[in-house]
Amino acid sequence: MTRVALAALLSHWRRQPLQLLTLLIGLALATGLWSAVQAINAEARASYAQAAAQLGRSDHALLSAPSGWIARKDYVALRRAGWKLSPVLEGRARLGEIAATVVGVDFLSYPKPPEADAGAPEVTPERIFLAPGLLFAPPELAVQLAAQPDLPPVVATADLPPGVVMTEISLAQYLLDRAGQIDRLLVLDAQPINLRPLAELAPDLVLTPPERGTETARLTDSFHLNLTAFGLLSFAVGLFIVHGTIGLAFQQRRAMFRTMRALGISLRHLTWLLIAELGLLALVAGLLGLVLGYLVAAALLPDVAATLRGLYGAPVSGGLTLRPLWALSGLGIALIGAAIAGAQGVWRLHAMPLLASAEQRAWAGVAVRRARFQALAGLALLAAGGAAIWLFDGLVAGFALLAGLMLGAALLLPALLDLVLALIQRRTRAPVAQWIWADMRAQLPGLSLALMALLLALATNIGVGTMVSSFRLTFTGWLDQRLAAELYVTARTDEQGAALHRWLEQRVDAVLPVRSVDALIAGQYGEVVGMRAHETYRRNWPLIAAAPQVWERLDASGGVLVNEQLARRENLWPGAQVTIGTDWHPEVIGVYSDYGNPVGQIIVSLDTLLARFDGVPYRQFGVRIAPDRVPALVTEIRAQFDLPASAVVDQAEIKARSLAVFEKTFLVTGALNVLTLGVAAFAILTSLLTLWGMRLPQLAPVWALGLTRARLARLELLRSVVLAGLTALAALPLGLLLAWVLLAVINVKAFGWRLPIYLFSGDWLLLLALALLAGALAAALPAHRLRRTPPADLLKVFANER
Amino acid sequence: MNVRWPVLVLCLLAGSAHAQGFAGLGTTADGFAIPQRGTALSFPRDHGPHPKYRIEWWYLTATLQGEDGRDYGIQWTLFRSSLAPRDGQGWETPQLWMAHAALTTPDAHYLDERLARGGIGQAGVSIAPFHAYIDNWEMQGHEGSGISDLTLSASGPEFAYDLTLKAAGPLVLHGDGGYSVKSAAGQASYYYSQPHYEGRGTITLPEGEIAVSGLGWLDREWSSQPLASDQTGWDWFSLSFDSGARMMGFRLRDDMSGYTSATWIAPDGNTSALPDGALKLTPLAASSVAGREVPTRWRVELPARDLDVTVSALNPQSWMDTSFPYWEGPVTVSGSHMGRGYLEMTGY
Repeated sequence: MTRVALAALLSHWRRQPLQLLTLLIGLALATGLWSAVQAINAEARASYAQAAAQLGRSDHALLSAPSGWIARKDYVALRRAGWKLSPVLEGRARLGEIAATVVGVDFLSYPKPPEADAGAPEVTPERIFLAPGLLFAPPELAVQLAAQPDLPPVVATADLPPGVVMTEISLAQYLLDRAGQIDRLLVLDAQPINLRPLAELAPDLVLTPPERGTETARLTDSFHLNLTAFGLLSFAVGLFIVHGTIGLAFQQRRAMFRTMRALGISLRHLTWLLIAELGLLALVAGLLGLVLGYLVAAALLPDVAATLRGLYGAPVSGGLTLRPLWALSGLGIALIGAAIAGAQGVWRLHAMPLLASAEQRAWAGVAVRRARFQALAGLALLAAGGAAIWLFDGLVAGFALLAGLMLGAALLLPALLDLVLALIQRRTRAPVAQWIWADMRAQLPGLSLALMALLLALATNIGVGTMVSSFRLTFTGWLDQRLAAELYVTARTDEQGAALHRWLEQRVDAVLPVRSVDALIAGQYGEVVGMRAHETYRRNWPLIAAAPQVWERLDASGGVLVNEQLARRENLWPGAQVTIGTDWHPEVIGVYSDYGNPVGQIIVSLDTLLARFDGVPYRQFGVRIAPDRVPALVTEIRAQFDLPASAVVDQAEIKARSLAVFEKTFLVTGALNVLTLGVAAFAILTSLLTLWGMRLPQLAPVWALGLTRARLARLELLRSVVLAGLTALAALPLGLLLAWVLLAVINVKAFGWRLPIYLFSGDWLLLLALALLAGALAAALPAHRLRRTPPADLLKVFANER
Repeated sequence: MNVRWPVLVLCLLAGSAHAQGFAGLGTTADGFAIPQRGTALSFPRDHGPHPKYRIEWWYLTATLQGEDGRDYGIQWTLFRSSLAPRDGQGWETPQLWMAHAALTTPDAHYLDERLARGGIGQAGVSIAPFHAYIDNWEMQGHEGSGISDLTLSASGPEFAYDLTLKAAGPLVLHGDGGYSVKSAAGQASYYYSQPHYEGRGTITLPEGEIAVSGLGWLDREWSSQPLASDQTGWDWFSLSFDSGARMMGFRLRDDMSGYTSATWIAPDGNTSALPDGALKLTPLAASSVAGREVPTRWRVELPARDLDVTVSALNPQSWMDTSFPYWEGPVTVSGSHMGRGYLEMTGY
């Protein structure tokens, strides 16, 4: 019995393969996009956790020096006082032609030494500790390093994050040219009893407790929240499709349900059968979605990894691992989605009287009430979003505002469209025109879900597009200001740096040394940069707030400039005092924009920097020179100082590289954007197909009154295009509002900088055209069908009327 | 003797197996100096490190009685291991150091381990005055008195001790004037002891401080290749009898009958070395320790000296759960002679 009944139910899909396809594609798309985002996030998080664990940042308390580095003798003194500590030195170094983060550790005390992969050269104490030493590197980097001449043997290990080389601390000190220096001391477990407190033994060092979440994870939370929001949006849009299709399938099978009930299948039994059917479809679609999600994630992950590396310096590998939990959650979300989309159908079946006819218009009255409720809910959501940002601070409040804004506006859309259509209807006199507008209003409830999806997709497109373009414009402008020198040179050692400086001074217009140290700024680690207030900087440096005579005071009074992130975080505007290290409290005299830099930065005059800090590296220089002399100088410097290509970089190259990082950053956003828009167009199509079944009884009288089928078909097209156009018009202000929230609220909270909004009206016209096209394409199939409907079918409407 | 091992803890870290002998002591010694019979030891020079030899240790154990009437034991051990036969300054030195400290009570065994790099002042040994140290663990002598007058301290997460030790007798050279043979194939080490310490001080347990006094025994040994490749472990005894006599004895186990050696130390400090086979060791009872069966009661016979005693562990669970785990703890002696001592067993 059950089998026969199920076969009868499923026979519907055999007769309607397009519907089946729509349902499966809709659910698979929803699941796929959601799962892709989840996979990307999980992969990135796993990478941070690994990196944090490997670099010993998360599990152990740290000792570090506000002055920048800890001397070896201070480390030894603490060990001799009984404290179990493990020294770590970390920095960027060029290994042959490859730039990498070099982490030097004492392998005797380091708590988590990396394990060599199978097939790596044998690791013995002798090889670790005795010259030439060993370099541990992740497999990809290991291959690259092995190809470089004059490097110690390389051991591949899966334990290290991308771009990180771990080695014995003495070798690291040599590679980083930092003899005798240590960056931080890990405070190991199981300390002996009766120790003198660290605060007493080393009052100059700062103790940072173990971190619960890693720094990187916190930093990148906004990015992941962003992706998750996109994933949810795609999921919601996908559900609109599924909802439409399932509604249609229930609609079309009412007669079948009636027959089955009449044949003796209980309502309960039928309900369970329908649930089983839905579950089966959801499972199939879920599996398809998982495959899709994996493919999308695998395609996007390298870009995401590049973004995270570029924007936050977070090491993420570009490879995707399949996690069982991920697959389970993907299937789960497919089932939940199908349940949400099918709930209404099942409920209606339950409420349907046994012998009721396939009545449609009865729902119209319900629809009016529902629209009113929806509009009220929309207003409430808008208010809640506004309240969230008013009452609470932080990124989550920003996203709450975003969610309230988007969902509220979507819920308001049907009421708004109804209002507009009613206004137009009132102004028309011709009977056909009046019918058209009235008919459009009557169709609104059935189309509203699809139109909401379109609204969200369009608004997201406008908002994100505006944000990205504004960001890009600001960023390129800023790059032009910041990269004022024509050439940037990095020496291997301080001695070479000094020689390079002398050599350059005789050949170029100006040499601008770039010297910096890491130090504690207002309680957190940041960078202190020493700058000579050369004319180049005075003219070009992008200050967003400044005291009078800022450059003179930078030199004379020991005032400092802070970057925007730090200024906003610590409220340090001109006139305020900032604490550097523990005992230096200079005055802030200016704030500059510093996009893409996750850490706080302070600019002081070079003389002040050198007076305050020891061992400031002397290796990087900006060079001012006539642009046409650059290529010759590059060749000369490389030959004279035996520097690799990557150590002598001209301005154009840095700009190109920075822009490449930037483009990657938003590539993923763009890809998800386009996918969402595509899914929304698909939703309109399925909604129109759903409505198709109900259309004939309404069109037949109009046809009978003399409107040709061709004209009716044209009107169908027109209706869809007008609704899409109206939705696009509504999406424009919503999108701009979204852009404002992203730039002025979310960005400030996530990154610490605010961007000016630039408007790109050309893009909007393009989007409007796209929306109209989507509306036309979605209506093309139903219109075509209408045009081809045999007159007999239209006549049947009257014959069947009871 | 007590054959200790080099810092092969590092091999663990590198993940490479040490196939030969216990902890790799059977490997050949490329470029390292090898002990030669007939070389005269010279003090205080030989209290200091010998960087041209692969491994070396300063190994002090003491059996103590507390003012509470209970028996205790402490261990303080500093190992030097050389990756290349030279010294050096800074992180680049091939000299590595490892230390173990333990405090044993009848019902508890506390221990800690330290590792350190040579060349940076974190660990080392100097001779004028004598000073052996790693982190805050120290064995400190006085100017001009060699190692006959020591202060000793160590601390771990659950224990600490602080002792002064005075030698009541002369240094003892094992084997042939300090040249101690370790196998029938001729592997050997330089080996001398100061077995005559009388000590007092305090130990700190989780329950609090306790004043203690008792007897101490220092072993000094260095070599480059002390074990044959088929030797799998050893049982080593240092016993102080109530009569004032002392005995050091060990057996290196292999798949045959093993290799034994012993030194009898008369109350006046005169020594006689006893050849392979003179010492007879028979396990009487084993204890389950750290998932393995370890003999913790022994019959020890030295017929040449009319010695026939039972040696029992004060705490059978004296397991040194360090990078290279082994059993080491205080023992009591009964039978033909009464006394106390220390027992070390490896390779179980």
